[in-house]
Amino acid sequence: MKSKKIAYYGLCIALAFVLSYVESLFPTFIAVPGVKLGLTNLVVLIALVKIGKKDAFFINMIRILLVGFTFGTAFSLLYSFAGGILSFLVMMLFYGKNQFSVIGVSVAGGVAHNVGQILVAMMVLESKALVYYLPVLILSGTLAGVVVGILCGEVVKRLPNHTS
Amino acid sequence: MKKNDIILILILLCIGGAGFFVLNLTKDSGSIVNVSIDGKLTDTYDLSVDATYEITGYDGGKNTLVIKDHEAYMTEADCPDQVCVKTGKIHRVGESIVCLPHRVVVEISKEGEEAEVDTVSQ
Repeated sequence: MKSKKIAYYGLCIALAFVLSYVESLFPTFIAVPGVKLGLTNLVVLIALVKIGKKDAFFINMIRILLVGFTFGTAFSLLYSFAGGILSFLVMMLFYGKNQFSVIGVSVAGGVAHNVGQILVAMMVLESKALVYYLPVLILSGTLAGVVVGILCGEVVKRLPNHTS
Repeated sequence: MKKNDIILILILLCIGGAGFFVLNLTKDSGSIVNVSIDGKLTDTYDLSVDATYEITGYDGGKNTLVIKDHEAYMTEADCPDQVCVKTGKIHRVGESIVCLPHRVVVEISKEGEEAEVDTVSQ
């Protein structure tokens, strides 16, 4: 069973890594930094539903570290960790209560991710002006969360049921 | 999708929408009045100095711009539509008064920030 888990970890991290790259290829449609689809959250969500909480968290952290080192800078890594950890905690909260479908969990995670990043950016840059981005990022996080949540639901439906 | 999902999504959309609205209403007051004619910046006035300016727009059209009590507004225009006069008073960063027949744009900006003249429409 253990080697199987390692294989799943590797698979998920690789997938998240590729999706991060794919997302970096999308042009920025809106002139607001931070507006993005969050495709990598798809992998974290699937891991959460199919494997387990601890595993999903582990995969998420490794993913952020790898992607940060490859595509980002020290600062973007800091933002990513802030967004990633907050987003994961919020997703746990929503997932654990069992009152939300994967779409609700995804939306909560997407919004928490954006809010976390902006809060860290406000602290680092010591600029209150970033508050103006917040509403936009809440809206974009919600919409992106819906899209990713629907995708996750469809993928999970089609995955075989013997991962654990 | 569960009922709770929809509630959550609606709440977040409301928060985002309301935040957007509130933040835009409470935007900083500007300090500079930029006047551009036919896409070119022609004059820059101080929003804290009360004065009346005569603007000669494209095709010789005349507009009267008044700056008073940290607000800018048009009192007169010799054009038929009077849209600029009806726009009312502006003082927040990014707000503008536009007179299309004379191609006059009056925009508020802040010291240290460049006038946000739309480069696409130039």
